[in-house]
Amino acid sequence: MVSGGILCGIALVALVGPWLSPNEYLAADFDNILRAPTVSEAHVFGTDHLGRDLFVRTMMGVQVTFVVAIVASVVSLVIGVLYGATAGFVGGRVDAVMMRLVDTLYATPFIFFVILLLVVFERNFLLIFVAIGAINWLDMARIVRGQTLSLREREFVQAAELIGVSAPRIIFRHIAPNLIGIVIVYVTLTIPQAILIESFLSFLGLGVQEPQTSLGKLVNDGIDQMGGASWMLLIPATLLAAILLCFNFLGDGMRDLFDSRQSR
Amino acid sequence: MSLLDVVDLGIRYAEAEAVSGVSLSVDAGESVGLVGESGSGKTQTALAIMGLLPDKAEISGSIRFDGSEIIGANERQLDRLRAERIGMVFQDPMQALNPYVPIGQQLRRILLRHGINDGREADQRVMHMLDRVGLADPARQFRAYAHQLSGGMRQRVMIASALIAEPDLLIADEPTTALDVTVQAQILDLLERIREDTALLLITHDLGIIAGHCERLVVIEKGRLVEEGPTRKLFSEPQAEHTRKLIDAAPRLDGATPAPPEAGDILLDAEEVSVSYEEREGRQQLHAVQDLGLQLTAGETVAVVGESGSGKSSFVRAVLGLIPMRAGRVTFLGQQLAGPVKARAIEARRDLQLVFQDPAGSLNPQLRVERIVAEPLTVHAPELDAKTRRERVIAALQRVGLDESLLGRFPHQLSGGQAQRVAIARALIVNPRVLVCDEAVAALDGSVRRQILELLRREQESTGLAIVFISHDLAVVRSISHRVMVLYLGRLVELAGGASLFGHPRHPYTRALLDAVPVPDPVSPGGKLSLGGEMPSIISPPKGCAFHPRCRYANERCRVELPRARLVGNTQVACHRAEELEL
Repeated sequence: MVSGGILCGIALVALVGPWLSPNEYLAADFDNILRAPTVSEAHVFGTDHLGRDLFVRTMMGVQVTFVVAIVASVVSLVIGVLYGATAGFVGGRVDAVMMRLVDTLYATPFIFFVILLLVVFERNFLLIFVAIGAINWLDMARIVRGQTLSLREREFVQAAELIGVSAPRIIFRHIAPNLIGIVIVYVTLTIPQAILIESFLSFLGLGVQEPQTSLGKLVNDGIDQMGGASWMLLIPATLLAAILLCFNFLGDGMRDLFDSRQSR
Repeated sequence: MSLLDVVDLGIRYAEAEAVSGVSLSVDAGESVGLVGESGSGKTQTALAIMGLLPDKAEISGSIRFDGSEIIGANERQLDRLRAERIGMVFQDPMQALNPYVPIGQQLRRILLRHGINDGREADQRVMHMLDRVGLADPARQFRAYAHQLSGGMRQRVMIASALIAEPDLLIADEPTTALDVTVQAQILDLLERIREDTALLLITHDLGIIAGHCERLVVIEKGRLVEEGPTRKLFSEPQAEHTRKLIDAAPRLDGATPAPPEAGDILLDAEEVSVSYEEREGRQQLHAVQDLGLQLTAGETVAVVGESGSGKSSFVRAVLGLIPMRAGRVTFLGQQLAGPVKARAIEARRDLQLVFQDPAGSLNPQLRVERIVAEPLTVHAPELDAKTRRERVIAALQRVGLDESLLGRFPHQLSGGQAQRVAIARALIVNPRVLVCDEAVAALDGSVRRQILELLRREQESTGLAIVFISHDLAVVRSISHRVMVLYLGRLVELAGGASLFGHPRHPYTRALLDAVPVPDPVSPGGKLSLGGEMPSIISPPKGCAFHPRCRYANERCRVELPRARLVGNTQVACHRAEELEL
């Protein structure tokens, strides 16, 4: 739960920070190129090779990262749960066809897929969300389907069928609530995955476009200046690592919470 | 000095006291029974003796084994003690055996710890042990994996592994609870035979088992010692209220069976029902139920009895439409019920309700009691407003002996007995005509079991409910069954009124089931071993009468010709020799 607190803190600073800082997001300060972090001159994180304030840029990067993470997770959540629950509940041939489709998508090399998308549709912020969501929902669909299959065989579902509860009602009242635990856990664990993919794409130059930025892109810029201005690499990289760790711990914590509630 | 001396044992967990002030002793070669209901602390006590309690348990008092103290002993001393002096048999043998290692290897590893490094000698000792615990063909079982053995065979292997180190004390924690009655009789008989060499501490909730197999009894309740003494004396003159309650709650084979109800309308009529499962993707047909029929009249209770694998659950589930029938016809009040339950009319679904064996599994863990019990109303009486519905739910809970304080609880906050009552309340709230109970009391303690049976009987008297009661244990159904139907390998063996079936069984299998029931009476304890072997696999049932390999009366005809059920006296029985046998 400490992780949750840290995450909220980072998010808050990322939202409010740029407002408080005297420096502009895009303003280049050519007197202060590649300045090391100082408190006195208001460049808390230093500046980059164009003299832009790194604190503001990093915070903008965190914002983008969070947005990517949340949108991608929601996309994968909606598609994955609907797809998986349908396949699992209907079963039989429908299930087989639906899951083979998932397998096929799994087998497609992701990077080629993204490059292809970007080449065909040109770079687009939205496209990154779609690409990341499109990868993550596969796992979600598989997990939800498996869970639905086992829930279907549970006696309380049989009891509901005997009583005469209708199929949609069984899905919503009996199966869905029992899926929530695992879905929440899985979502908190897909968020860091989405962040990582976004950073990875940005790092390769396939992600967000200048002048917009993200943590991955900042890390990429930092690598160019690694020799002389190590802060440009270290600060965004540390932040990225901290966010990822926090989400992972949060996911673990959620899993413990829901597991204990279900078993006891 | 005794072999084992437990003095004033106390076990505490952070907020709860599990055991306090329990003292007991076991002499060399003696057999002592530790009796209590679930949650009484009997398993905790056993684990403390083995030094197996988790670190967070605070233990007080003293446990001395052969003079040396166990509480506070270091891991090494405990290891030696467990390896050489004390053996333990757990309730569920499947979980206690390693699924990846052949049985023989597992036993050999124990011997290796005892410095027997010679492979051939170890092998021989393992074979000898497997033979001693009654496993046929030890050489073959040596290479078998746990999943290839039946429940009874696994428990024999467990006993072999506990005994192979020649311990001075064997602790058996509910060793037969997971087994069929006939297999239970075999395992108890085995424990009796090995007692020549070891002392036995038998932990159980079932006084019937204890009566015939223990010299002394220790009764505990809620972690406290209630009473102890010689078995016969405890049964004849129990001092403590709780002991008396336990004795009363144990199922017995004497006493009256209920008188048959007045002949009413036939509610439910199932004819020639057959159920098959496909194995290995359709290449093999498994005939779980063959040509079974059942006529049920209002106000009547019919028990369906058989060992596990006899097809009793498949039969009723097919009738209810939960699994598909291969053949057969089911009518309810003259109207045909066809197809799976999902396709049946809503009104038809109201009249047939089912109560499952595992109350925890049949209640949705995410819903509160109020919504669980109210669910049938939302389907069958959607016109009710929230207030009336709530009143009906409270009334239904009161009918099963629960009060409204439970409305807001989740299933995991209920005890086993309460959860089963909630499940019954859910089934009864729409006033069904037929209630099917699938082993509905098998997982419950004796006293709770009796209350539930009593509750069902009251319900039947006031509403004319017809009950189908599935059980593997004849003693349990005796007090409520008007008629009893005994199944073996998916076929009818015997169907008769309660009094005549319990008094004059016509089929050797029924006789064997009756004999196997352990009776809480130390003078004539029952639990006799009149049936060897186990139920054959349903994949390849024996030719002729399916029961003939285990039947001591079998003759040539039984081996080749399948007996048809026919009327002998008032009993429907499927045995060629039903008329001539005096059982």
